[in-house]
Amino acid sequence: MPSTFLDDARDPLIIAEGWMKDGKDVAIATVVETWGSAPRPVGSHLVIDAGGTFHGSVSGGCVEGAVISEALDVIGSGKPKMLEFGVADETAWQVGLSCGGRIRVYVERLG
Amino acid sequence: MSNGLGEAMDPFALKTLNAERRARRAAILVTDLGDGRDRVVKEGDAVAGDLGIAITKAFRTGLSGAVDAEGRQFFLNVHLPQPRLVVIGAVHISQALAPMAKIAGFPLEIIDPRTAFTSDERFPDVIHKAEWPEDVLKHCPLDRYAALAAITHDPKIDDWPLKSALDAGCFYVGALGSRKTHAKRVERLLAMGATPEQIERINAPIGLDISAANPAEIAVAILGQVISAFRSRGLGASARGEAA
Repeated sequence: MPSTFLDDARDPLIIAEGWMKDGKDVAIATVVETWGSAPRPVGSHLVIDAGGTFHGSVSGGCVEGAVISEALDVIGSGKPKMLEFGVADETAWQVGLSCGGRIRVYVERLG
Repeated sequence: MSNGLGEAMDPFALKTLNAERRARRAAILVTDLGDGRDRVVKEGDAVAGDLGIAITKAFRTGLSGAVDAEGRQFFLNVHLPQPRLVVIGAVHISQALAPMAKIAGFPLEIIDPRTAFTSDERFPDVIHKAEWPEDVLKHCPLDRYAALAAITHDPKIDDWPLKSALDAGCFYVGALGSRKTHAKRVERLLAMGATPEQIERINAPIGLDISAANPAEIAVAILGQVISAFRSRGLGASARGEAA
């Protein structure tokens, strides 16, 4: 049953704020656009710390690995990146969405 | 903090956003996808131009998305509090309303001090409290993202939460009963200090007019009215017609 209050233990943005307070370097990935069938809606978050720990999701697990490795770059450089994922053979990324949809994911460093 | 092409997310923006979300207030994180700048817009904040129009629409629909405005592309991530539907009365209508509301995305809680009605057997899958509304709502106050439907038919149980819902600015307030019953209720609420403007906000007789003929159909009528109220929050009658 959905709660009417935030679930602090599972909410990615609350977790990201907590990591920041603990002095960790953090990146936030956000689904900003979807086409066709996409597993997670626009606005969904995956948050990643510099050690590769993550919470949340931007897909059903299909592209998280790639997003995490890009996020580690973003944490290093501080420059946001826009990533695009689609069916595997149409993209430069060696990963894709098996459902046939496409998503655009914005990755930015926190602070 | 600028990195030329794009900026990192401002920690202050994240703290502000999370504070609004914890307080059950609506907010949008607006990110300029060109330079990466973020800002938090709270519901009711004035924003000019095409971006302002897109922001107003996003608050109403709750849909996040990218928008083009002022020659730039922005991403609006909309955070609406989870709406809460509080039903006063563990009656037949509530038994039908509970599963429907859950499917529609409105978690429901039932409050009715009459223990014969408010039983685990009658309400196996929904939060139900066999207590007085005064006691339950003291710990869990109503707010603008709560809807209240008072359907016990008993003034001793219904009146206090109705007044409380009007004072809290609940996005929906509905009360079961005929026009005659409602006229008496209005007198009592006025005596409790409700204003005529507040009284106008009560949906009575409760539910959309779909000629509902039994408890399940009345539940459909109530749920439709709750959804309509949720999607037209804070908008005038003219803007309400534009909602899809």
